[in-house]
Parts: sequence; C-alpha cells; structure tokens
Amino acid sequence: MARISYMEAARSALAEEMRRDRLVWAVGEDLGRGGVFGQYKGLVEEFGPERISDAPISEAAILGASVGAAMMGTRPVVEMRFSDFALCAVDELVNQAAKARFMFGGQTRVPMVVREPIGMWRSSAAQHSQSLESWYAHIPGLVVACPSTPADNKGLLKSAIRCDDPVVYMEHKNLWPLEGEVPDGEHLVPFGVARTVREGRDITIVSWSAQVHVCERAAETLAGQGIGVDLIDLRTLWPWDRAAVLASASRTGRLLIAHEAVQVGGFGAEIAATVAETLGVKVRRLGAPRAPIGYAPPVEDAVRITEAMTVAAVRDMLGR
Amino acid sequence: MPTDHDRSNIDIAHLRAQHRLMWRIRALEQAALRGLDDKVVLGAIHPSIGQEAVAAGVVGSLRADDILLSTHRGHGHTLAKGASSEAMLRELLGRVGGNCGGKGGSMHIADFRVGMLGANGVVGANIVIAAGAAHAIKLKGEDKVVCCIFGDGAINRGPFLEGLNWAAVFKLPVLFVCEDNGFAATTRTSSMTAGGGPAVRARAIGLPAEEVDGNDILAVEATARAMIAAVRAGEGPRFLHAKTYRLTGHTGVDTAPYRPADELAARRKEEPILRAADLLRAAGVPESEILADQSVAEAEMDAAYRAAFDAPFPGPEEAFRDVQDIGDPAEGAF
Ligand SMILES: Cc1ncc(C[n+]2csc(CCOP(=O)(O)OP(=O)(O)O)c2C)c(N)n1
Ligand SMILES: [Mg+2]
Repeated sequence: MARISYMEAARSALAEEMRRDRLVWAVGEDLGRGGVFGQYKGLVEEFGPERISDAPISEAAILGASVGAAMMGTRPVVEMRFSDFALCAVDELVNQAAKARFMFGGQTRVPMVVREPIGMWRSSAAQHSQSLESWYAHIPGLVVACPSTPADNKGLLKSAIRCDDPVVYMEHKNLWPLEGEVPDGEHLVPFGVARTVREGRDITIVSWSAQVHVCERAAETLAGQGIGVDLIDLRTLWPWDRAAVLASASRTGRLLIAHEAVQVGGFGAEIAATVAETLGVKVRRLGAPRAPIGYAPPVEDAVRITEAMTVAAVRDMLGR
Repeated sequence: MPTDHDRSNIDIAHLRAQHRLMWRIRALEQAALRGLDDKVVLGAIHPSIGQEAVAAGVVGSLRADDILLSTHRGHGHTLAKGASSEAMLRELLGRVGGNCGGKGGSMHIADFRVGMLGANGVVGANIVIAAGAAHAIKLKGEDKVVCCIFGDGAINRGPFLEGLNWAAVFKLPVLFVCEDNGFAATTRTSSMTAGGGPAVRARAIGLPAEEVDGNDILAVEATARAMIAAVRAGEGPRFLHAKTYRLTGHTGVDTAPYRPADELAARRKEEPILRAADLLRAAGVPESEILADQSVAEAEMDAAYRAAFDAPFPGPEEAFRDVQDIGDPAEGAF
C-alpha cells in the first residue's frame, strides 16, 4: 500500500499501461506540458511526444481521430480537458465510437478511453463545472466510469485502457489532490462492481464520484444519531451494480441516491426506478436543481448537494 | 492533369478494366434502385450514378492494404475497394451475409477485410476518423495510405477544418478527396459555400491540392496515383478536388425537380462511362466488347440481387450482439 493522490494514481495507471502495451498512447491539448491539471506530468519524458501527444484545440478531431486510430488497432487515451468541452465532440463519441462495432456487424472494436473531468471546482462557472455522466450512460456501446478514490482511479483507469469498448472516464476535478491508500503492484478494478463504503441497517445511500465523500460525512453524522447507513459507491454507471444496490435496498428497505449532477433526467432516476420497480421500497433522489452553475460562491453553492441536505433527507425518509 | 497527347500512350487493357469496374458500380446501384421498386431495399439509397470515375480512378489506385473511408454515397467506393457485390446487395437488403450482417445498411456499409472502414451517415464525420486511421499507421510505422472521400457539402462542416489541420500538423499519410457532384442534398452547394472552394480551403491549411475533371477516368487516375505516391513517400496529406455530376436525385426516391431538364440532358453527355467507352472505341476496341462490359456487369449484379433477395433476415438476437463487451444491452429493458 502506498498513500498517493487521485491524480498520481491516474498518472501511474497510464504509465504502467503504456509500459505494458506499446499500442497505448494519449492525445489531448497541452499533454506535453503535463495536461491542464498536471495529470500527465513527466509522461512525455518517458514515452516521447508521439505517445504523449499534444493536439490542436480541435475536440472533434481529438475524439474522431482517436476513433480511427482505435479501429486501426491502437488504444488511444483521449484527454478532453473538461467534460464541458467534450460536447464539441459528441458526434464522434455518440454516433461514431459508440456505434461502429454494432453497425459494422462486429467487424471492428473501438478500444479508447475518453477522459472527461467533471464537477464543480471553485468558481469555474457554467461551462467548466458540469457533471454530464448520465448523458453517456444513456448511450448503448459506451462504458461510463466515475472514480471517487485514488485506488479506484488507478484500478478503473487500468481496466478502462484494457477494455475493448469505448469508455467515458470521468474524473472529478475537486478530487485531484485527494490522497488515499492504493494497493501496490497490479491493481485492477472491474467495471460494474460497486464498493461498499460503510455498512448500516437503516437506509441505503447510493452515490458516485466526489459526492460519495459528502455522503460519507453525512453517514458519519447520522451514525452519531443512531442511524446506520449502507453507503454504496457505484464506481461505474454503465454497467451499474444492480445486484449490490438491490441487495442493500432489500435489507434496509429505503434507498436514497445522491449525485452532483442535475436531478432531472439524472442517473439517480434510473436507479430509483429500478429499485422501486423491483423491490417496491421507498426511494428518493438528491440531485442538483435544473440551473446552470454560477461563478460567485453563494450562487455556486446554491446548487450543491450538501452533507446537511443528505442528513435531512435520510431523517425525513426514516421519519426521525 | 494529363493533356490530350499524354493519351497516345493509353494502357488499353487497364482502361478496359476500369470501364468494367465503372459498369459494375453502375449496375450494382441499378440493382439497388430496383430493390427500392421491389420494396426490399427499405432504407435510403444515395446513388453515385454519373460519378463512377471517382471511385474507379481514386480507389482503384489504392493498394489492397490501403484504408478507405467513405460517405453515405459510398457504394462505388466500397465496390472499387474490393468488397463483394453480393455481400453489398445483401447488406442493402438487410440480409444475412451482408458485409455488416444486415445491421448497417447502405449508409453504414463497411468491409474491414478489404480496408474499407465504413461509409458514414454523418456528413463530414469520416474526415477526422480518416486522420486518426492515418495517425495509427504513422504510429505503427506502416506504409499504408488512407483515402478519405467526402462530398462538396462536407467542406462546410467543422471536421473538414479539424481533420485537414490534424493531418497536416502530424504529417499523416492521407489523401482527402472531395467528390464534388454540385449538390448537397437538394441544394446547390455553391449557393451555400463562400470563398474559392474545396482546393482553396485545403491549400490555406497547407495541403497541396489539385482539381481534376472527375468524369475523366484517365485524369482522375493520373492525379490520384501521383498524390498517393507522394503520400506514401511520407510527404504528408494531399487533397484532390474531383468535379463530377450527380445524374440521379439525392436519394433513390428524389426526382430532383429542382434542376432544369436541359442541364441534366447536357450532363448526361459528359458522363464518365460514355467517355471511357469513346476512348476504347477510338483505340480500336470492338463495339461488341464495349457492350459486353455492361452486360457482364448487369448479369453479375442481377445474380447478386437475386441471391440477396432470397437470403434470410438476421434474427432479433442480432439486436443485442456486438453492442459492447461490458454490460448487458438488454438489461433493464422489457
Ligand atoms: C451532419 C449531417 N447533416 C446533415 C445530414 C443530411 N444529409 C445527408 S447527405 C446530405 C448532403 C451531403 O452533401 P455532400 O456532402 O455534397 O454529399 P453528396 O450527398 O452530394 O454525395 C445531407 C445534408 C447528414 N447526414 N449529416
Ligand atoms: Mg455533393
């Protein structure tokens, strides 16, 4: 075990995979200087500018070229900088990467990882703060991963690079400096296997990405009030660990889903509906209002799902 | 562009082969249109009738292991790259044994075994994908060339700029071909395109570009060959603007009422197969042989069409095959 940051975990995952497989390469704006957040720092020195490649500010080409390069047998790791900018390449991701294998009748695979940092990061405002994971969970052909810890950022990124499907890999910008224990040696986290963050008998909370940490603090507070939370970090939205969520919700009889993304049409709705349809237990969602994210801290904070809101929602569901 | 006296040295056997290939393309599309009438081709068909010299001249100049990306109007390119006519017609009819197992249809036809990485239902999308295919070739140190064909309408989409710039910046082995048939769907492309056109735009991005009479098989081929050789030699991307004319409507059901009848009549006289036949005739090829190229092609496509017509549809289980490895595509449904 080593204690490293969420960013360092991702960097070492990529470096290990690039050492293992010559066909893995990364491309995106400013990668030669280490990437906008420093998540590629030092890699160009080891792997050279062909494999840690800078790119023009051409999101459609960054993604679209990677589709072509993936179909030709390489394994690109695509850096989109912010999930907001990846919207400039939605055709390439949704109509091309996600569809090629199916519409060409299985003649090809598109093994690529599309890194799209998400989430609120102090005063980044409406075009640099969004959490758009549910958009991609909706698209057949894509895998969607939202790691919340350094260990998962290492293990999921390595799995993503080895995966033959296109993976939308959403790191949370606020988590870059977060430190945690990461297993030594080969550490792979499979897709579709949730992580039980803590166990409790009274209510199930499902979350992912940075929101998991908010829920963890809320669960701590609730524990002090005698309420036991079964907290599940989903890790990947597609596939999502239905079995783990259903098992927990059937034990506790109550399910709360909390996410930073807008609640309307969010992935919480999918989980809530599935659990309600399958078990008939009480479900509730906590997601952001359907408002853009503001610049001024009080405006930004007004759309945040807080620890206090999570505690209040749980107490309300329990009638306590 | 070859001048007339270059033509004293025509390779007649080769021209004959190109004449046959152009007839095969036309006959394939005529069979596809017959499928529309017979109500067995259920989706849209975008014929390239009148544009066959681009497919034959450009794609016919590629090596078997070179890579091709095409458009919604890509039957000719695909056939010229070496796809089987029967597999193509099966695909157009959505049947088992189609290139994509009947799951793609005309607009997503692909044959990876012959290096054909797909038609595309999204105008201009193939340009960036082609740049990436070339990027992979460069990373792997191979000497293959990527050929990317798109329409005159595609040059107004962003991927045109992004893909050409990408190919130029990374000095990638790709030949871009703008197959200019004068129309973008039912609109004259010139009415919606500012500036000096495709080649001027390409040159502005730093790509050597040439214009060619796209109905002149010899000119298309000579220019394409020179450009492909330069690309293969590592000189970076090239751009070919081939001017042709779409003799049909935009789709198989479009009667093109928006164009004057005399324009069509005039253009029919300049179509590439007639012009190739004239060259063959002038070189002394007997009329019977020229006609045989047509009838042999029609017989091939007739047989392929009948085989496709009799082939079964894929079963519903195909709806869930080849979606992705991870996760169950049927999960949560039904
Ligand atoms: C992005 C996108 N916009 C619109 C369409 C609808 N569409 C299909 S073909 C076409 C015309 C394309 O013109 P051009 O690029 O000149 O190709 P051509 O059809 O002439 O071969 C249009 C508008 C599309 N398929 N994709
Ligand atoms: Mg056109």
